[in-house]
Amino acid sequence: MRRPGLLATHAALSLGALAMVGPFIWQLLTSLKTLPHATRVPPTIVPDGRWSNYTQVFHLLPFGHQFLNTAAMTAARTAGQLVFCSMAGYAFARLRFPGRGALFAVFLSVLMVPPQLFIIPQYEIIARLGWLNSLAALIVPGLFSAFGTFLLRQFFLGLPAELDEAARLDGANPLRIWWSVMLPLARPGLVALGILTILWSWNDFFWPLVVNNDPQKMTLSAGLASLQGQFMTDYPVLMAGSLLAALPVIAVFVVMQRQFVEGIAFTGSKA
Amino acid sequence: MSLTETMGTARQARAVRATRAPQHRPRFSRARGAEALWGYALIAPTGLGLAVFYLWPVVQTAYLSFTHAGPFGGGNTWTGLANYRELLADSEVRQALLNTLEYTGLGLAGIPIAVVFAALLCRPGMQGVSVYRTLFFLPVVTTPVAVAMIWRWLYNGDFGIINYLLSLVGVAGPHWIADPRTALYAMVVVGIWMSLGYNLVILMAGIQAIPKHYYEAAAIDGAGFVAQFLRITVPLLSPSIFFVSVVSVIGSLQLFDLVYVLVGGAGQSARTNPAFSRTETIVYLFYDKAFQTNDKGYAAAVAMVLLLLIVALTAAQFRLQRRWVHYA
Repeated sequence: MRRPGLLATHAALSLGALAMVGPFIWQLLTSLKTLPHATRVPPTIVPDGRWSNYTQVFHLLPFGHQFLNTAAMTAARTAGQLVFCSMAGYAFARLRFPGRGALFAVFLSVLMVPPQLFIIPQYEIIARLGWLNSLAALIVPGLFSAFGTFLLRQFFLGLPAELDEAARLDGANPLRIWWSVMLPLARPGLVALGILTILWSWNDFFWPLVVNNDPQKMTLSAGLASLQGQFMTDYPVLMAGSLLAALPVIAVFVVMQRQFVEGIAFTGSKA
Repeated sequence: MSLTETMGTARQARAVRATRAPQHRPRFSRARGAEALWGYALIAPTGLGLAVFYLWPVVQTAYLSFTHAGPFGGGNTWTGLANYRELLADSEVRQALLNTLEYTGLGLAGIPIAVVFAALLCRPGMQGVSVYRTLFFLPVVTTPVAVAMIWRWLYNGDFGIINYLLSLVGVAGPHWIADPRTALYAMVVVGIWMSLGYNLVILMAGIQAIPKHYYEAAAIDGAGFVAQFLRITVPLLSPSIFFVSVVSVIGSLQLFDLVYVLVGGAGQSARTNPAFSRTETIVYLFYDKAFQTNDKGYAAAVAMVLLLLIVALTAAQFRLQRRWVHYA
């Protein structure tokens, strides 16, 4: 049913959407202009196809290394959290052991504390281990997540108890039940956690900035921010670099939109 | 074991429980001991990781805030409340607190905007909802550093598109992020722009959970979109609105990435921006003290103040919610 009121609604939403997308379009257009063209007043819209701005990014930064560092950090943190958080989440949801409630409360308490309270001692641990400027520094503290444990515990609690009880009657031990029964059933929960971890890891800035200051070992966020000062006025190149840095997550988002949105909505409903 | 096999045994298990219920397990059976051991084993990786990298660090940060680092990485000396006393008298801390609070308060303006857009998107008969949602969500998934780069360019005083558009209507725009009068507000706009999609998704899920017959009844009574929005959507959505405000406040209080990239990096180079003192936030100050000037004890005290602020403002919101949040 089409009503005249919906036309006004579309007009308002289109205006909002334009405000959301406009900056990205301007970024893309600028990234394909020469510097004199980009700084022309009044500005012109049509770019001159200067793709060399994109190769220029690779000359200014070890962009390939930084890309791989970011990808490795994101992949390792995500894999680690999926395994460790699902193990812990399953144990909290299904196994009985003394101190379960108290331990869970301790896990939850980590969620309430802003990250700035961990960072100085975390940095000192990493420094003492000799891990500064390494992949390990980027990955290890991010393998453990109270949020992920909480999210998956809630998910496991929503699954019917009969399935794992049946497996238990068949003599399977909890490790096997976790792996063969619970994980296949928990796919939507794992996808939600996986997506959020990919998003947060790829976009993480503070921690990578602090632990890895060797350009070869930096992540994309930190590398991009390091272009400030020296190259801060070459806007076409900066636009090209920031577009390349953001593109992988945007691509994952476009492909897995529904899961992204459901994952975000899931965190809202569980909080 | 395959899933179908498990399903089969699940039915058996239900049958077994039905015939044997109520079941009394012996309190200290071997099976129970084994189950407990498995429980500890499965939570061990995350538990130990959290203990080493999260829980113990909180204790250490609290301790550090009462110490002063010795020269050349020497031992920390206990200085009692000295850091806190210094902090109270530090005008930079006071300004950073004010900036952070102002940013946080103004950032809440993004929530009514998100509520209106969510309500529009949830109108019955709307088409293209997923397209709109995708476009609104784009800034949420974009790396904040990249977002800040884009806005630096848009806000550029001489060549920025925003000032060009303003010039078309006869307004001479300022150097947004280098002008102490506008820099903080320029950051607020970017902050709202970045979080709108997240709020939208949460709020739309909330609206979809409102029973349709409320709207149908209201429509029969002749209530239009605006009346329905004010009388049904907003009150029944208040738990979701409350949730996004709590998340927004906690996130705003920790603002860092935008300041770092918009204002201009670390250390002295940032301070050459005339708007620096109007944009420095608590977490930026923390970063500066901990990793630029290496005053770890003082930085730890700043982090403790941030924790206190978050706890206080969240508690205040939970107290205030009784006045305006309706749980159905």
